Formats: sequence, C-alpha cells, structure tokens
Amino acid sequence: MRAPARTQGSRVARGRPIRFTFDGRVLFGIEGDTLASALLANDVHLVARSFKYHRPRGILSAGSEEPSALVTVRRDAAHHTPNLCATTVELYDGLQAHSQNRWPSLTFDTGAVAALVGPFIPAGFYYKTFKWPRGAWKALYEPYIRAAAGLGRAPQLPDPDSYAQRFAHCEVLVVGAGAAGIAAAVAAARAGARVILCDEQAAAGGFLLTEADAAHGERIDGAPAGAWLERQLAVLAALPRVRVLTRTTAFGWYPHNLLGLCERLTDHLGMPQPGQPRERLWQVRAKEVVLATGAIERPLVFPGNDRPGIMLAAAARTYLNRHAVLPGRKVAVVTACDDAYRAALELAAAGVKVSVIADIRSHSEGALPRLARAAGLPVRTGVTVVGTAGRLRVSAITLTPLDAGGGAPGAATERFDCDLVLMSGGFTPNVSLFSQARGKLKWDETINAFVPGATLERLRPAGACRGLFTLAAAVADGSAAGDEAAREAQLPHDGAMREVAAAATDAAMAGQPGALARPPAARGKAFVDWQNDVTTFDLALATREGFRSVEHVKRYTTTGMATDQGKTSNLNALGVVAAVLGEPLAQVGLTTFRPPYTPVTFGTLAGRARGELLDPVRTTPIHGWAREHDAVFEDVGQWKRARYFPRLAEDMHAAVARECKAVRNGCGLFDASTLGKIDVSGPDAATFLERMYVNAWSNLAVGRCRYGILLRDDGFIFDDGVVARLAPDRFHVTTTTGGAARVLALMEDYLQTEWPQLDVWLTSTTEQWAVIAVQGPYARRVLEGVVEDIDLKATALPHMAVATGRIGGVPLMLMRVSFTGELGFELNVPADFGQAVWELIAAAGAIHGITAYGTETMHVLRAEKGYIIVGQDTDGTVTADDAGLSWAIGKAKSDFLGKSALQRPALREPGRRQLVGLATLDPRVVLPEGAQIMATAGLPPPTRPLGFVSSAYHSATLGRSIALGLVAGGRARLGTTLFVPTPQGEVPVQVTAPVFYDAKGERLNG
Amino acid sequence: MLLINCPYCGERPEPEFVYGGQAHVARPGTEATDAQWSRFLYERDNDRGAHAERWRHFHGCGRFFNAVRDTTTDRFLATYRVGEPRPKVSA
Repeated sequence: MRAPARTQGSRVARGRPIRFTFDGRVLFGIEGDTLASALLANDVHLVARSFKYHRPRGILSAGSEEPSALVTVRRDAAHHTPNLCATTVELYDGLQAHSQNRWPSLTFDTGAVAALVGPFIPAGFYYKTFKWPRGAWKALYEPYIRAAAGLGRAPQLPDPDSYAQRFAHCEVLVVGAGAAGIAAAVAAARAGARVILCDEQAAAGGFLLTEADAAHGERIDGAPAGAWLERQLAVLAALPRVRVLTRTTAFGWYPHNLLGLCERLTDHLGMPQPGQPRERLWQVRAKEVVLATGAIERPLVFPGNDRPGIMLAAAARTYLNRHAVLPGRKVAVVTACDDAYRAALELAAAGVKVSVIADIRSHSEGALPRLARAAGLPVRTGVTVVGTAGRLRVSAITLTPLDAGGGAPGAATERFDCDLVLMSGGFTPNVSLFSQARGKLKWDETINAFVPGATLERLRPAGACRGLFTLAAAVADGSAAGDEAAREAQLPHDGAMREVAAAATDAAMAGQPGALARPPAARGKAFVDWQNDVTTFDLALATREGFRSVEHVKRYTTTGMATDQGKTSNLNALGVVAAVLGEPLAQVGLTTFRPPYTPVTFGTLAGRARGELLDPVRTTPIHGWAREHDAVFEDVGQWKRARYFPRLAEDMHAAVARECKAVRNGCGLFDASTLGKIDVSGPDAATFLERMYVNAWSNLAVGRCRYGILLRDDGFIFDDGVVARLAPDRFHVTTTTGGAARVLALMEDYLQTEWPQLDVWLTSTTEQWAVIAVQGPYARRVLEGVVEDIDLKATALPHMAVATGRIGGVPLMLMRVSFTGELGFELNVPADFGQAVWELIAAAGAIHGITAYGTETMHVLRAEKGYIIVGQDTDGTVTADDAGLSWAIGKAKSDFLGKSALQRPALREPGRRQLVGLATLDPRVVLPEGAQIMATAGLPPPTRPLGFVSSAYHSATLGRSIALGLVAGGRARLGTTLFVPTPQGEVPVQVTAPVFYDAKGERLNG
Repeated sequence: MLLINCPYCGERPEPEFVYGGQAHVARPGTEATDAQWSRFLYERDNDRGAHAERWRHFHGCGRFFNAVRDTTTDRFLATYRVGEPRPKVSA
C-alpha cells in the first residue's frame, strides 16, 4: 500500500485522526472528512459495484449528486442504513461502512459476469425477455433478477431511533448556503426580515469551502473566497433574526411556499446521546424563498468513463483543497470548459503529474487554459476519448482527434498513462426545487442547460442555480435577491406569474459552455447514468424503438431514477434523445422533478406518528371492566370494542353461543357506548330532522323514540339509528359507531349551506354518554331494583319510549329500545359514571344470571331478527326499500334527503337487489360473507351473480346457520333455491324472509 | 400544503380544512325533473382555470365557505362566505 494520499503541511492534514472501517478493513481519516475523502486519502478508489453489470465503481463526485459510491453504514443490526452516498457521510470514530451489491467481495464479484453478457441485456431487456412462460416469472426470473440486481439491503429490525418535527415561519427562507445564499441571507436580514438559511452540508459555505484554500481559487471583492466566507458568517451570527441550519436538506417544495427540510442531528456523531432525535423535519412556511441551490458538474460521456479513479474535476478540487487529499498521482483531464484547467493547475501545484489536458473544444484561449500552457501542462484541443483502461482503477486513457472521425477505425490515437481522470462537461444549474415549485424552465444556449424561467410561487433563484457560475456574480445576484425578497415579503401576494430576469453573464462565462452527451459513435460502454448503468446505446435504442417523450425514455431505460434522481445524468440523457430525434433540446424538455431532492428517511416523515401514536385508540368508559373480564377486543374504526367474553377454555363459537342464549332466555349486558350521538336542538330541530331523515318527526311525541333512516340525496342509505325526542325543541340522535363523524358532517353541510335560515344547533355528544344495553326477558326485573324515578312497567314505559331519572344516584336517560328483538333498555349515563353504573347493574342482575355479551353476539342476535347493519348489509347502492325499510318513510312529507332520487326509474325497478334471508339446505354450513349468489348451479365463470351474502352466522338459538344477502328481485324469489359458490363447493340455499326469529316481534313487548 | 384564507379565521394550512366539492350547485326542489336531479347528483364542472368550490374549516371554526381556485396553479383567487355571490375574478 502506498503512503496516505494527503498533501503535507496543510491545515486540514493536522486535524484529529479518526478510525473507521470499510468492509472490515481498519483505516484512518481526519476530522472533517467525509467517508469519500477518507477513502481517497487511503488510496481506496474501488468502493462499489454497479447496479446492473456489477462493474467496479469509484467516487464520481464530492456531494449529494453522487450516483456511484453508495455504501451501507452500520452501527448495529438496527442502526443500519443502506445506499448512503460516501460523499455525504461524515466520518466519526468507529464508523463501519460496507460496500454493496457484490459477492463474495468488492474486488472479486461473481455478478460481474453480467458485464460479459452486457450486449445482450440492453434497455427494456426484462420487459422483452421475461414474458413467458407465465409461471416462470415467480419461480425463476424474479428471484434471479432480484438477487442479481440491486443496491443495499434494508435493515431487518425496527428503527430504534426517534425523530422530531417542527413548524416554522419566516419572511425569507434561503436554500443553500453557498456564495449566493449567504449573500442573500445577509441582505434579507439587514432589510429586517426573519431569515432561515439552510444547507445540506455540515458547514455553511457551499463551493466557497472548496475555493477557500485553493491555489487558483476565485476571489470575491479582490479577497480570497475563504476570507469573504468567514466575514459573512460572522455577520450572520451577529444578526438576531437569522437561523442557520446546517446538515439540513430542503428536500421538497409544497404549494404556497411550504418547504420540507430534513435536519440530520446524530448521523455524524460517534456516540449520540440516548434519546436524542436522529433527524428533525422542519415544515417551513416562508413568505419568500431564495433558491441558491448552486450547480452540479456534468460528466463527460465517453467509452469506459465509469472506472474507479474517474471523477468530476470540481470534485477533485474539493478533495484537494478542502480535505487535503490527493485523489491520484498522475492525472488526465478531459473537459469541455475552462474550469477543469483550474483542477489541473492546482493538482500540479500539489505535486501531481498532469499527463494530459484533453479539451474537446477546438480552441481554448481563456485565462485558465493560458495559465495551464504557461505552466507547461500538456494540452490537446479538438480531441475525444475513445477508451480507458484499468480493471479496478483507471490506468490509461486513449484520445483521438475529433476531426479524424471521432474514433473511426484506423484513426490516429494517443494513449496516456494515469491513475486519475478528471472530467468536466460544464455545469448544470440545480433547478430541482424550482421545478418542484412548478416553475417553468428555459433553455440557455450559452451554458447548454436549463435555467429557471417563470413561476407563480413567491421565490427567487439566485447565483449558480440560474446560470451565474462565478463567485462574484453569485454574490451580487444573491445580495440583490435577498434584499428584494425581504421587501416583497412585506407586501400581499399579487398572484402574478414571476418571470426570472435573464442573468447578466460576465466574461468568465464564455469559458463555460460545457457539452452534452451524443449518441454512441464508438464501441464500448459510455455511461450516462452511473447509478442505473444506462449507456448512450440504451438511450439511443429506446428512442429508436419509438419512445419519443423523455418521460417514457426515462421509465423504459430507468435513466434518472433511484437515489440520485439523475442529478448528474438527466441533461446528458436528454442530449442523446434530442440528437436521435433530431429535435432541439428545449423542445424535448426535461423530466419532471419531484420531491424528495435527496432520499428522506421514513422516520423523519413519520415523526412521532408510529407505534401506539400512529392512530388514536378510543376506549369506552367500560373498557376497564371488559379488560378485567377477559374480553377479546376488536377494532371498529378507532374504537376498541369487546367482541366476546370467553370463560375458561371457551373459543369464540362457544362463548357467543352461551352469550346468545343468555340474552334470549335471561338477560344480557352490552356496552353500546361507541354509538354515535348527536344533540339536535333549537326551535327548528324537528323541521331540520324532517328534511334530513326519511321519517316523520313532527308527530313524534316528547318522551318517544323512533328508528330513523338517513339517505343521501341520491337515495341510498347513509346511516341509521334511534332518535329520541327529549323536548319539543330537542332530539337525541344516535348513529352507527362508524358513521358518527360523517353524519354530523352531513348535517352541518345541509344546515350551513342549504337551510342556513333554520335555527338549529348540532353537538356531538358521543363521548359524553356511556350507553349500557340491558336486553332479555329478565331485563326489567334486573333494572327495577336499581333505576330510580322511572316507572319501568310496560304501560308507563312502552317499547320506543324514553324517560329521565337516576340510577345509583347518577342522572339517567333511559330508552326502551332493542337491537336484539328482546325486551330491552339502553341506559345513557354520564361517561364518567359508566363503569360504576355497569357494575351496579351487573351486581343487581347476578341473581338473574345477567351475562355480559360482546359485538359478535350482538351481530348474531340482530341478524336473527333481520336488523341491518349499515355498511355490512348495505354498500352505498341500497335504498330504504331495497333493505325492506320503506315502512319507515314518511309518505306525506314534502321533502327529505333522497326523496326525489327515490322516484327515479332506476331506483324503483322491481329487479333491484333486495335484502332477503338465506337458509342453507345443510343447516351446519355457515356461508362465507361476501360470497356471490347464483341463479343456477354449475355455471362457469364469468357469470353475472344475482347478489351476495352480506351477513352469515351460526345461530345457537335456532340450531342452524342463518344468513342475510342482497339478491336481485329477492322478495319475488322467496322459497326458491339459489346457489352460493364457495371454495368448498357450491352451497344450495333457500330464499327466506330476512327475519329468522320471532317474526311477529312479540318478545319486544315482554 | 395549500394556504387557505378562511373568511372567518384568516390564513390557515390545508390540513385544517375539508374539501367540499363544487360550489353554487343548487339543490333542486321535489318538482324538478329527473334530468335536473341527475345533473345535481352526478354532474360537476371540470374547469381548467377558475373553479368555484366549497371548503369547510373543519378543524377550526367549522364553517363552510366558498372559494375560487385556479385549478391549473392551485392559486386561490378569492374566498367568501356561504350565500355571497361568486366574485368576478379570473385566473
């Protein structure tokens, strides 16, 4: 191994050493290193295998645009994060990094055979090849493809970290703390604005950090960039209304100037504090936003451009100037712009031998090229790369003159040895957030890239992200943008489309035209997208095959997908597609940018909303008693409801049979507290209910209840429940458990928008009342001992009566209602007393064998009586008549929700699906709910069913199975036999009336 | 996340609101024809540009109100109370 590749004597090189491992090998970096800079300092260039061909890959960039150097960072089995860019992972003591997508090792990877068959797996290969035989996909193709392709592995354990979230407001949010962003933040704050400045890197400065100690760095106001940066950061620190967030990525733009920011709090720490959140999501609503998101260098696309040791020129400058790392000893530079000469000059000054500077332009006469020639660096112009050599690291590069045919066979070539190839195809303004903000892009000829054009959002792009690539221009532009933003933030939004003014480019820009990839001319893989192994050949093929939209080409070839979202590849891909199509680039256009800009953890987005905090759990006032009595609970929406109360070794079947018999023969106790309850009060309360429900209410006497049905205006059942009239101007409306919120919302809708003149108040009282149902022949006997101030005799309190009194000293609203078909009472008491009253009744009923029952028993009992459950026996296409409930409709009423719709022909057809009973010929067979019902036996699919089974249970009372179903023209089919196909075979059923027990309803009057 | 100006409470973020469909769709009387009811129940405009729609400030004042929103840009051109006529604004 060679000596560590650090430049000597630099400030950085004297930093604290940090120990880390890569694939188990112990290495040392220096404080301030990224994993990438530390690996390069140890002369490690081979860090990954590519996605599809398993080609050896190195480090392409020095930032979050990295497509290639993806690693897994692991603290333990749970703290295990795959697919991180080595270029953005900050080094800490003990960091363990692992390469991905290789077996058995990075240097010897059997998956690399894919590269040998590369010519046979072009774009769309999977779509074309793995189509048949049908069964082979699951058994053979998919497992093979999944094993062969891929990135890192997901962690196997739940995420042990916690994540924080917060909201923030400011006048000016500045995204990106490079030269333009810092200038904008200072200007905005000086103009009086509250400012948030965020940057994805560990320190503010952006590319200034690369220029700071550069031998040939740019200067601002005549001073070195580093000095300017230090001064401005001091200014920002002294401004009280500025918040600077580093390690914070603005990953998404959401409408009306809301930005999602992810702040990384612990990933850079060797020993995070216990309980410290790992990341924090900021949701920032800014009056104005300044986007200073910079520019990303474009790779050049030539055969063999993906070997380890080939990187972007500006990235090499970052490693050299910021991290004191020599990324090679012998460099070849390939460029289409002047900026890469700077890298050659600085590397030469650091002792690196420059083999060649290959400029694909025919002339290079700018200041930097002149400096390079003066320094004696070998410059070739008008050349192109025909190939590179080197298995695990680049070892040579071969050039040919462009005018010799660009790699035509037999053309003259020149070969240069090197261990580092730098390339620069110019810079691409980073317009991702601008585009996410639905900004329109425009093509800029001078820099061969898209720049911001116009937007409706309150934002201003500044600096390199709109094509101003020199530091001086970026500072001036940022300063103006910050000042304008602060002033504009004081004004109301005029809503007009904002045109981004043309950038005033300076002379230095003439040297930055850059280049775009072209369709393949030479043999050999020329990569456009490193992450997805997409070559110029793939893109040209897709375009020839008829994919003309870039969006389609993207999906077919996968270019621009995955973790890097094509930050380095999109424009080059566009270049190939446009050239094959023969259309101007501006017309072909870019693919749409979408959030997130860089990957965001699920933890950050979820925040605290995980585990038991994911969704509220609602429990009834009697929940504690049910838990103590071994209830098995079921989820009904957010509610926990007791489903049954097993005794000893009972299963559900046995428990439900026992509970059913207890209600039918003695007395049952049921917690109905989850029922929705709405207090409808006011002088117009009766009129309001008349218009909402199908029933007549005006003639409902105070102290009486009625079963109400609520339709939507389209005539279909929306909800049902008992309504009690407590006073002339006051009704207690109950709803289904699941329907409570939507019934109240529907009522509010009509009250506020259709009949605002009605004087009615609607109040949800669901959680104010505990509701205890006491049902069965002994129900009165049980209650007589405990209910005070109410005469329970049938003459005084008949079926469907309501009265107020007390129980155990607690206020009581007692309704004589039944959802079981037995003599029944529902006791409404203030929720806080629910469990005490329940226990009082349970004690009083003990000598009568009172039995607590759950929702499963309630379902069986109501089905025996043919009582529907809205949402189970109805599906949004069932009218009151379909459900056999037309008796409830107030025939004399002038209007109610759904009245007109019920008159429409389709809702009056006799062949509509109607609720019927279904009795299996074999009484032991319980039909599966949801099963289809057929008219004749043995019909092969596809056949139109007559309807479906909506409810089915075993009835212990009847000693047989029962079922309800919706059947076309069902009431005309009573007595006929239909067929229900099930996985166990076809079940013949007889159509019956939907009431299986006590058809005359005499037991209600017990 | 939209920023919506409730005519009763002022600007609030979208999660406080519930969308309520097209505004100014009058409920026909019982004397209306089947065709009129069919239009009321099932037919809605699909405007490109200015669209009058109902919103409810559900997790706030609870009130319904109307808004004119540009469907191509999500810009709110106006918000106004129930019963007020649609303001003359264009996208």
